[in-house]
Amino acid sequence: MARAVTTQRKTINTIIAWAIGLLIFFPILWIIILSFKAEGDAIKTPIAVLTSGWTLENYGVVQERSDYAKHFFNSVILAFGSTILGLIIAVPAAWSMAFVPSKRTKDILLWMLSTKMLPAVGVLYPMYLIFIELGLLDTRVGLVVVLMLINLPIIVWMLYTYFREIPGEILEASRMDGASLREEILYVLTPMAIPGMASTVLLNVILAWNEAFWTLNLTAAKAAPLTAFIASYSSPEGLFYAKLSAASTMAIAPILIMGWFSQKQLVRGLTFGAVK
Amino acid sequence: MKMLTRALLGASALSLFVSGVSAETLTIATVNNGDMIRMQGLTDDFTEKTGHTVEWVTLEENVLRQRVTTDITTKGGAFDIMTIGMYETPIWGKQGWLVPLDGLSADYDVDDLLPAMRSGLSADGTLYAAPFYGESSMIMYRTDLMEKAGMEMPEAPTWEFIRKAAAAMTDRGNDINGICLRGKAGWGEGGALITVTANSFGARWFDEDWNAQFDQPEWKEALTFFVDMMNESGPAGYATNGFNENLSLFQQGKCGMWIDATVAASFVTNPDDSTVADKVGFALAPNHEGVDKHANWLWAWALAIPAGSQKVDAAKEFIEWATSKDYIELVASKEGWANVPPGARTSLYENPNYKDIPFAKMTLESINLADPQNPTVKPVPYTGVQFVAIPEFAGIATEVSQEFSAVYAGQQTVDEALAKAQAITNDAMEAAGYR
Amino acid sequence: MATQHSRSAARFMMAPAVVLLLGWMLIPLSMTLFFSFKKYLPLRGDSLGNGLDWVGFDNYVRFVSSSSFWPSVITTLLIVGGVLIITVVLGILLAILLDQPMWGQGVVRILVIAPFFVMPTVSALVWKNLFMDPGNGFLAHVYRFFGATPVEWLSQASLQSIIMIVSWQWLPFATLILLTAIQSLDSEQLEAAEMDGAPILSRFYHIVLPHLARAITIVILIQTIFLLSIFAEIFVTTGGAFGTRTLTYLIYQRVLESQNVGLGSAGGVYAIILANIVAIFLMRIVGKNLDA
Repeated sequence: MARAVTTQRKTINTIIAWAIGLLIFFPILWIIILSFKAEGDAIKTPIAVLTSGWTLENYGVVQERSDYAKHFFNSVILAFGSTILGLIIAVPAAWSMAFVPSKRTKDILLWMLSTKMLPAVGVLYPMYLIFIELGLLDTRVGLVVVLMLINLPIIVWMLYTYFREIPGEILEASRMDGASLREEILYVLTPMAIPGMASTVLLNVILAWNEAFWTLNLTAAKAAPLTAFIASYSSPEGLFYAKLSAASTMAIAPILIMGWFSQKQLVRGLTFGAVK
Repeated sequence: MKMLTRALLGASALSLFVSGVSAETLTIATVNNGDMIRMQGLTDDFTEKTGHTVEWVTLEENVLRQRVTTDITTKGGAFDIMTIGMYETPIWGKQGWLVPLDGLSADYDVDDLLPAMRSGLSADGTLYAAPFYGESSMIMYRTDLMEKAGMEMPEAPTWEFIRKAAAAMTDRGNDINGICLRGKAGWGEGGALITVTANSFGARWFDEDWNAQFDQPEWKEALTFFVDMMNESGPAGYATNGFNENLSLFQQGKCGMWIDATVAASFVTNPDDSTVADKVGFALAPNHEGVDKHANWLWAWALAIPAGSQKVDAAKEFIEWATSKDYIELVASKEGWANVPPGARTSLYENPNYKDIPFAKMTLESINLADPQNPTVKPVPYTGVQFVAIPEFAGIATEVSQEFSAVYAGQQTVDEALAKAQAITNDAMEAAGYR
Repeated sequence: MATQHSRSAARFMMAPAVVLLLGWMLIPLSMTLFFSFKKYLPLRGDSLGNGLDWVGFDNYVRFVSSSSFWPSVITTLLIVGGVLIITVVLGILLAILLDQPMWGQGVVRILVIAPFFVMPTVSALVWKNLFMDPGNGFLAHVYRFFGATPVEWLSQASLQSIIMIVSWQWLPFATLILLTAIQSLDSEQLEAAEMDGAPILSRFYHIVLPHLARAITIVILIQTIFLLSIFAEIFVTTGGAFGTRTLTYLIYQRVLESQNVGLGSAGGVYAIILANIVAIFLMRIVGKNLDA
């Protein structure tokens, strides 16, 4: 930055940016605030809401009603399981696309992405029948595989863009030194790709955590993650703003916290290597 | 704590010994209504008595319906017990997808079930689901506002009276709407209410040859009346209000009258949730002057066992427990008589403890007045009051009610909506091979 | 550097991903195709075990001739297009703003990306109830505070409301990508232009925008993929009423609400065709921009 920045200008920037940031964040903040209010207070005017008393009651009610720990545990398994499995399958594919590109590489990549455009509901019956046939209904294994397949194109594509940034000469050199393909991937490529892989993992954990069609339709009691937990709060009888807020907070808090702590990696992940 | 655990273990061991079956874990899909949530809280009593444990899958109504329907038609077997309604039960029962609920114990006293509920949950005389609670529709109104308006609610008012009373009670300045009614799209939401309203205007869904009847004057009269009344005296945005939205409006004192499920009576008279608990009166659902049908629907949430279940015996034990007289007593002892699941058993309405409940009599009368065999003035080829008991109905009625909701929101006229409804219905019936 | 040896190794390593995705695409796809030519009404007792009747192209004809078909295609395109425009335009503005020197940039960035972490179901539920409810919603309270009549968002401005909810979820994504792109812009080039007296708009148009082209392409590509299949936001808020029925939602209604799997499958095939048209269209742009 060669340009001198006046304090005044910096102040204005700060004020505008913070105002917009808070505006975008406000809905989430409001959920969190309402979750600590009594039901009767939660529907009042915003000023009355803020001045009313605070309570933990809603969290107690939600915990009593649904087994949060079980759903949370399932969400963790599904999100991380599907991402790790996806990584195992995607790394070799992305490697070969990045370092041994052929004429069709880009077509294959775009084809992979296009599989994500299939409307899930159109294939619900076929999938359900397949799941019954294979005994995968309401199992974590089945869902891990499905979520992995849903996100695999994204994983492959992200890894491909990272791998492409790695200079081929280094690999060349290691090959000259007699490294086998396996060693090349394991000891040369992987360490250099770790930041990119971390980003990939993060983004896909978020996507898998939030997936709400298959996780709801292919589970019952055993494998149901937090998306199913939320589905029991969508419109219960009577007033429910506070309870809905508490349940929502519980469903999004883990991923929100994880996302915030790892936002540097995530930011890189989100760029898809589009920009350097 | 330790003692309790030991006592529980002891009790379950004992019952194991007595019944001679191994302890099972039942997976039960249910809807997130207040009575079901309460049942989940009382499951320990069942576990204590039988040794079986229960895993709940609690879902919002629409999600539940799509979930259990997919599972039953594909014979998925994901659930041991499903919570279904009066619409699904006879259709599924006929297909042989549900385990017949015969051979229930003498204690259970199946003859005690209200006849309307029992017949609505049977197919060809066989009971396929046991009612957890049953409901009709009735008027709930604010006695104080009625008095203030200088009017008196008859036992069985007409729609014309309701419209006049609603206009008189409306006080926009104080955020009081004369009448709150469902306008939300969905066959079980606004679709149910507009169908019973149409019934009480002499309309019907189909003629004897399964031709849609939305081009008939009765439908136009009913829908026009409904829209005009709601525009005069209804709350803003009623096109998106369903049962829950209206309940919350009524509990906050923003409605003069509300015509909806009889089960709502216990929520609006509960001082913990309702600001108007001591000012609520009840009356029979209205009819159009000169039409001998009231806007009464008939519904039950019931428990059924999918055919092919591996745990039929344990599931039956659960159903007997959850829909028994003892369960009603259990809820009464913990939460008071006003909160027991209503509308399922005759004995409840003969119970002296329940007689004092202000809405008990009107609930029973309303249930008895609904007649699924003859829901309309003119003859129809179907059974069901607020629904038509054919598999295609849910899809058709949801789309039709979406057209009606668009009228409520002021996006199209009554005539446009009825013309579309006619086309949608005839098209779908043709696709299904009725015409 | 590619030798014959490494080529075959590459093919071998690509195989698992390709085969899996091919299976993931082909097995349900072929079943959908199969069902779309059959009469399959599960609630009437039709099932694979009993054998299904062949009905030719009946389902295809019926699906397009329904009065809901074209409106649903238009709704789909309106939602996808609306969200893309909002997120890209606001994303660029926000990215430029966040690129300016300020205090607490890191925290602001955290605030801005937060909506991306919220489950679509939760976001739809919360917007519908806590914010857009005409009685007790936050926006209704604000309107009343200023003496205005609250808007009935989900019935009177249904499509706009859904576009707004979805845009809120995707704005962080667009902003972040564009921000990273802007940060890599050569600031000396900008300064030189400033020295030359180029007005701010022309600097933006001639220097910033071309630099962002690639990032914008990525935003459009990825978002389109996700937006074509949005479901929870509509299911929770309007249930497809008030002109918010997208093609995906129409298929849902045919398959699950009407329980007509054959008809819904035909709809699925149409949706795949639409998706492919969009995909080909996208590949044209992407193909050009990604090479750069």
